[in-house]
Amino acid sequence: MNSISRPFRFGAVALGAALVATACSGSDGEMLHVYSGRHYDIEKAFELYEEETGVNIEFLTGNDAALRERIEAEGEDTEADAYITVDAGNLATAAADGLFQPLESEILQSAIPTELSDPDGYWYALTIRARTIVYNSDLLDESEVPTTYEELAEPEWQGRICLRNSTNVYQQSLVASLIANLGEDEALRIVEGWAANAEILSNDVLILESLADGLCEVGITNHYYLGRMLEEDPDFPVDLVWADQDGRGVHVNISGGGVTTYSKQPELARQFLEWLATDGQDVLVSANHEYPANPSVPPEPLITSEFGTDFVRDPLDAATFGALNADAVRLMDEAGYG
Amino acid sequence: MASTFGRRWGTASWSLSAVVAALLVVVPVGMLAASILRPSPDVWSQQWRTRLPGELVSTAILLSGVAVGAVLLGTGLAWLVSAYEFRGARTFGWMLILPFAMPSYILGFLTLSTFGRTGPIQDTWRSWFGRDAWFPEVESLTGAIVAFTLVLYPYVYLLARAALRDQAAGAYHAARTLGAGPTEAARRVVLPLVRPAIAAGAAVVMMETLTDFATVQYFGVDTVSVGVFRIWNGTYDRNAASEIATLVLAFALIAIGLERIGRGRARFGQSGGAAAGIERRMLTGWRSWAATAVCGGVVVAAFAGPVVQLTIWAVREQTGDRGTPLLDQYPGYLWHSLQLVFYTVLICTVVAVAVANARRFGGRRSTQLASRAIAVGYAVPGPVVGIGVILTMVAVDRGLEAIGLDLPGFVATGSLLVLVYAYTVRFLAPGLSAVESGVGQVPEEMTASARTLGAAPLETARRVHLPLAKASLFSAAVLVGVDALKELPIVLLLRPLGFDTLPVWVFNLASESRYQQAALPALSIIVVALIPVFLLSRRLDGASR
Repeated sequence: MNSISRPFRFGAVALGAALVATACSGSDGEMLHVYSGRHYDIEKAFELYEEETGVNIEFLTGNDAALRERIEAEGEDTEADAYITVDAGNLATAAADGLFQPLESEILQSAIPTELSDPDGYWYALTIRARTIVYNSDLLDESEVPTTYEELAEPEWQGRICLRNSTNVYQQSLVASLIANLGEDEALRIVEGWAANAEILSNDVLILESLADGLCEVGITNHYYLGRMLEEDPDFPVDLVWADQDGRGVHVNISGGGVTTYSKQPELARQFLEWLATDGQDVLVSANHEYPANPSVPPEPLITSEFGTDFVRDPLDAATFGALNADAVRLMDEAGYG
Repeated sequence: MASTFGRRWGTASWSLSAVVAALLVVVPVGMLAASILRPSPDVWSQQWRTRLPGELVSTAILLSGVAVGAVLLGTGLAWLVSAYEFRGARTFGWMLILPFAMPSYILGFLTLSTFGRTGPIQDTWRSWFGRDAWFPEVESLTGAIVAFTLVLYPYVYLLARAALRDQAAGAYHAARTLGAGPTEAARRVVLPLVRPAIAAGAAVVMMETLTDFATVQYFGVDTVSVGVFRIWNGTYDRNAASEIATLVLAFALIAIGLERIGRGRARFGQSGGAAAGIERRMLTGWRSWAATAVCGGVVVAAFAGPVVQLTIWAVREQTGDRGTPLLDQYPGYLWHSLQLVFYTVLICTVVAVAVANARRFGGRRSTQLASRAIAVGYAVPGPVVGIGVILTMVAVDRGLEAIGLDLPGFVATGSLLVLVYAYTVRFLAPGLSAVESGVGQVPEEMTASARTLGAAPLETARRVHLPLAKASLFSAAVLVGVDALKELPIVLLLRPLGFDTLPVWVFNLASESRYQQAALPALSIIVVALIPVFLLSRRLDGASR
C-alpha cells in the first residue's frame, strides 16, 4: 500500500498547491464575465475587444438553456455580466424571468433594428441566421424548387426532402414563426405535411451532405452551413433560394445578448454589447458566415457573392417567435414530427 | 459498560458516515423528484398523447438490446481469452479493454460520418449499386444498439474476466477433473459463479445507456432522456422536464432490480489463495483463426478504426490552414481535465472506502440501505444531476445566509468544489460497487479475528481490508477516473468561469457540427483515458500469469 500511496500523496500535494496558485493568480485591469451559448470563434471577438479597450473577458460556453438556468440559480451572486445565446426563445425566457436589465443605449437602438431586439430593451440581436430552402443543383433547376416553407408540405414532395429534427432550436423557431404568421391550425397542417414528406435528420450539415449525395432533393437549413460547405468545396452541388420572397420573406433567427440584472459592472457590459453591435460585428459574424444584425455593416465576401444581401426578411419580431418557442415544440409533438 | 458504550458509539458513527454519504447523493436527486409535488398535468397528458409512448418503447428496446449485446460480447470475449490459447490471445486480453477509453459521443459521430448515409462507405456502395441500393440503416435503433454495445461491453468484459480468474478457475478445474466436458463445466459451474459479475456489468451498461441523451440523437433515436432534454431546452419548463426525468429513474430502478435477479443467490467470496486462472486450451485450425478474427474485429471496430480516423482528421486539420480553434489553450484544457479527474477519484474512492467498511462495522440495515441509495446518482442523466446540485447548493447558501453565514456566491454554483461534488453524486456508485466487491471478498472471519486481537475498526480497515482489497480500489479509481474524464453535461453546466476541459472543447466544436476540427481534442480524451485503462489491463494480465 505504501508503495502506491507515497507518489500518490506527493501528486496530491503538488496538484493542490498548483490549484491554489491558479486560483490566486488575479489579473490586472478590468474583467468582464460573459456566459455564451455561442461557441464558434467568439473568442476572436473577445480577444479583439481586449486589444482595443484593455478590458479582459472571461467567458463560459455551454448549452443555452443550461446557462440561463445557472444565471437564474446564482441570482444576486451571479458572476455573469452578460449572457449571449443563439436562441430567441431563451432570450425571451430570460427577459421574462427577470434575468436581464433594460438597456438605455442609443448606440444599440440605432445599430440594431427594432424587430431584432426586445421591445423594452432587455436584449438585442447581434447576428442573424437565415433559415431557408436549399436544393441539389444537379437534380433540380432553380425554377422547379419550391419557394415557400408551406410548399414543402405538399404531397408532390413526399420522399424528396430532408429536414432537421424537432430537438433543434432553429427548427423550433421556424415553426414558431409559422404559428405567429399563419395561426396554430395552419402551422399544424404544414408541419404534419413535412412529417409525411421528409426524412428527419439530426443536423444541418447532414442535410446538406444528403442533398449533395442526391439522397434528397430539397431541404431547409441555416444559410451559414452552406457557406461553410462552399468555403471547403466551391463546387459543392447545393444551392439556396431565399424562401417566400413574394410573401412575408425568409425566416431569420438570431444570436443576441443582454446585460444581466445582477451584473456587478453593468456599464462595462453595456459598452461591450455596444461594441459587438458596431465595431465588433465584423469579427463576430465573419468566420461563421453569418449576417450582421447591424444593417450598416456589410457581410463577409463569401456569402455576399454566393447568396447576396438583397433578400426580403420576415419582419416578425424575434421577441414574438421567441415567446412561441414552447408552443412550437408542442405543435411538432402533436404533428408527429420527429 | 464503558466499552459497550464505546462499541455502540463506534457502530453508530460508521452507520452515520454511510448515511451521510448516501444523503449527499440522494438530496440533489430528491430536489428533482420533489418536482412531482408540483405536477404539470398538461405536459403529462400532452406528452402521453404524443411522444411519450414511443419514447418509452425505444428506451426499453435500446436498453435491452445494449444489455444483451454487451453481456454476450463481454462475457464471450472474456471466456475466449481466459480459457483458450490462439493467435494473439494474450495481446487481445488487454486490447479488448481499450474501447473503455472511447466516449460514446465520439464513437457516435465517428460511426455516422463513416458508415452513415453520407459517409464514404455508403457513398462507395451507391456508386457501385446505384442511388437506391439497399444498405442497412445506420441512423436507427439498431445502429445505436451496435455503437453502445461496442463502447460499453468492456464493463462486462472487465468484471467477467476478473471473476473468471478469481472465482471460477478452481471450480472449473474440479468439474473437469470430475469428468465434465469443457462446455458442460462452463455452463453448469463457471456461468453460475460469474453471474454476479455479469449482472453487475450489465447494470452499469444499462445506466450508461439510459442517461445518454447526446449519442442517441446522432442516431435519431428518441428516448425518454431525449424527451427530458427537449422539454427542458425547447419549452423552458424545468419542472415538467424533471417530472419526466423521474421516468428515467424508474427505468434505472428496473435495471437495478434486474441486476438483483441476475445475480441470483450467488455471493462474491474468495476461497482464499491467489487463483491461478483457468488453464487455457489450445485452439487449432479454423477455430484459432476465427477466434483471432472475432477479437481483432471488435478491437478494430470499437477502438483502432475510430482512432485511425480521428488521427487522419486531426493531422489534416492541423496541416490545413484552418487548424483547430483555441489550440493555444490546449495545456489549460488538459490541466483542468486532469485536476477534475484527480479530485473526483480522490473523493469517490475515499467515500467508497468509508461506506464499504461501514458495511462491516456499522449497522447492517442502515448501511445496506445507504449503499443502495448511492446507486441512484448513477441512474440520473448528467444535466439532471447538475441542476439538482445547483438547487441544493442554492438552498444551502440560503440556509447559511439565514443564520448569518454568507458564502461567496460563486461557491454555490460555479466552483470546483461544487463541480467535484456533482461528479461524486454521479460516479460514486461505480466506485463503491468496485470497492464493495473487494472488501466483500475479505472473509468475515478475518475481520472478526483482527477485532478480537484488539484492532479498532479504523485500524482493521487500514491494515486488513485495504491491503486485501487493493486491486479493487485500483479498479474503482480507474472506473471513476475514466468516467469523470469523459463526462460532459455536468462540467458544461457547473464549471467555474475559464475552467474549460477537453470534453468542453469537443462540445464547443461538435455542437456546431465541426466534427473534423473536434478530432484533436477527441483524440486527446482517448489518449489520456488510455493511461489508466492500460495500467488496469496490465494489472489484470499480470495477475493472471
